[in-house]
Amino acid sequence: MSYLELRDISKVYGEEAAEVHALHRIDLSVDAGSLVAVMGASGSGKSTLLTIAGSLEDPTSGEVYVGGRSLSSLSRNGKAQLRRQSIGYVFQDYNLLAGLSAMENVSLPLELDGVAARKAQSAALTALGDFGLEDRASHYPDMLSGGERQRVAIARAVVGERRLLLADEPSGALDSTNAEVVMRLILAACHRGMAAVVVTHDAQLAAWADRVVFLRDGRIVDQTLPIDGSEAVLADLPNQ
Amino acid sequence: MSVRHAMLALLSERPKYGLQLRQEFESRTGDVWPLNVGQVYTTLQRLERDGLVESDDTSDEGPKKGFRITAEGQTELNNWLRTPPDLSSPPRDELVIKILVALGLPGLDVHEVIQVHRRYLVEVMQQWTRLKEDDTRFDLNFALVVDAEIFRLDSLIRWLDTADGRLKRAAAGADVPAPQPFPLPKARRKAGAPQ
Repeated sequence: MSYLELRDISKVYGEEAAEVHALHRIDLSVDAGSLVAVMGASGSGKSTLLTIAGSLEDPTSGEVYVGGRSLSSLSRNGKAQLRRQSIGYVFQDYNLLAGLSAMENVSLPLELDGVAARKAQSAALTALGDFGLEDRASHYPDMLSGGERQRVAIARAVVGERRLLLADEPSGALDSTNAEVVMRLILAACHRGMAAVVVTHDAQLAAWADRVVFLRDGRIVDQTLPIDGSEAVLADLPNQ
Repeated sequence: MSVRHAMLALLSERPKYGLQLRQEFESRTGDVWPLNVGQVYTTLQRLERDGLVESDDTSDEGPKKGFRITAEGQTELNNWLRTPPDLSSPPRDELVIKILVALGLPGLDVHEVIQVHRRYLVEVMQQWTRLKEDDTRFDLNFALVVDAEIFRLDSLIRWLDTADGRLKRAAAGADVPAPQPFPLPKARRKAGAPQ
């Protein structure tokens, strides 16, 4: 069942001669437990699509449904509450708060949502432990490597009862080994039932997804077919 | 891939039987490249003929016949390991040729052709990436083979992305540098190659 659904979404910036059509009639649905990658060049509309899916920006036309709720029916506060409770964001530059420890960064969204501090910190420690960061809980972001910072950011995005993970070039600043760790964590979140969308220009990243959607000039132009068994690539190899 | 030199590498560890060589070759290459037993023995016979390996002094030609590397074989192996494969001239890549040919065809949307190939390559890459998820079979050798294939596919996709962007800019009338002759690296210039 779709947890995220974009129906006929268009986004236009500017007016008249200065109009820029960032997205044009996008339809996209993402089931709970599945990972969809949106691939496209710079300026293709990937990040706009993500911010609209995450209610950080309104579409010019069309409707977004998150967990069956229409975003246009929600008040400003209602959207903020939906973002805090149901949506986790991961960005290329981590967006961690420099003055907070790793644990405080992860527990903050829970505390903002009314969870008692002790309970929120306990959940944050568990999430950090799941990501192999238990011994980094008291470290501040500038004491962490890039890979560790992004793992903290993902822990923050999945902690609590969140159901939708939205990631914008989540491994763009990382080497290939750390990029793989990041994608494994995102995939693990999907296996636990989250719906996830990763936007990227990087095919190696997109290849972790169940489905890859190709965006060009604000339009979805293509998508991959369902994966039909990986052993096929081995069977196709010629004998030496 | 050189089965011949892979056999020498395995024999440089210690003497081995033919069947043992086949099994070790397959496991060292992540069980990705199966080898038939006839090929193993043909290769061993040629290596012996060339003085690079020696076999047990026995009339038994079956699976119990042992082989060991000679000093010449060890030298050959050391040289091969350190000799870079010839990458100095562009290969006649079918994908590159398809896109170059498509450029000249009237009424054809090259971007659509590029997207067909991009999607296919991403689908194949998805299948290789799925193999990484199966921890039960993911040993170091297999991981290296899978990485190599993913990076090879990635380089093709990146080339398609670059071609797509270059064509888009060219169609928009942006300044595109005039094509220059494609010089071979001087150190690798082959005799008779155009200067």
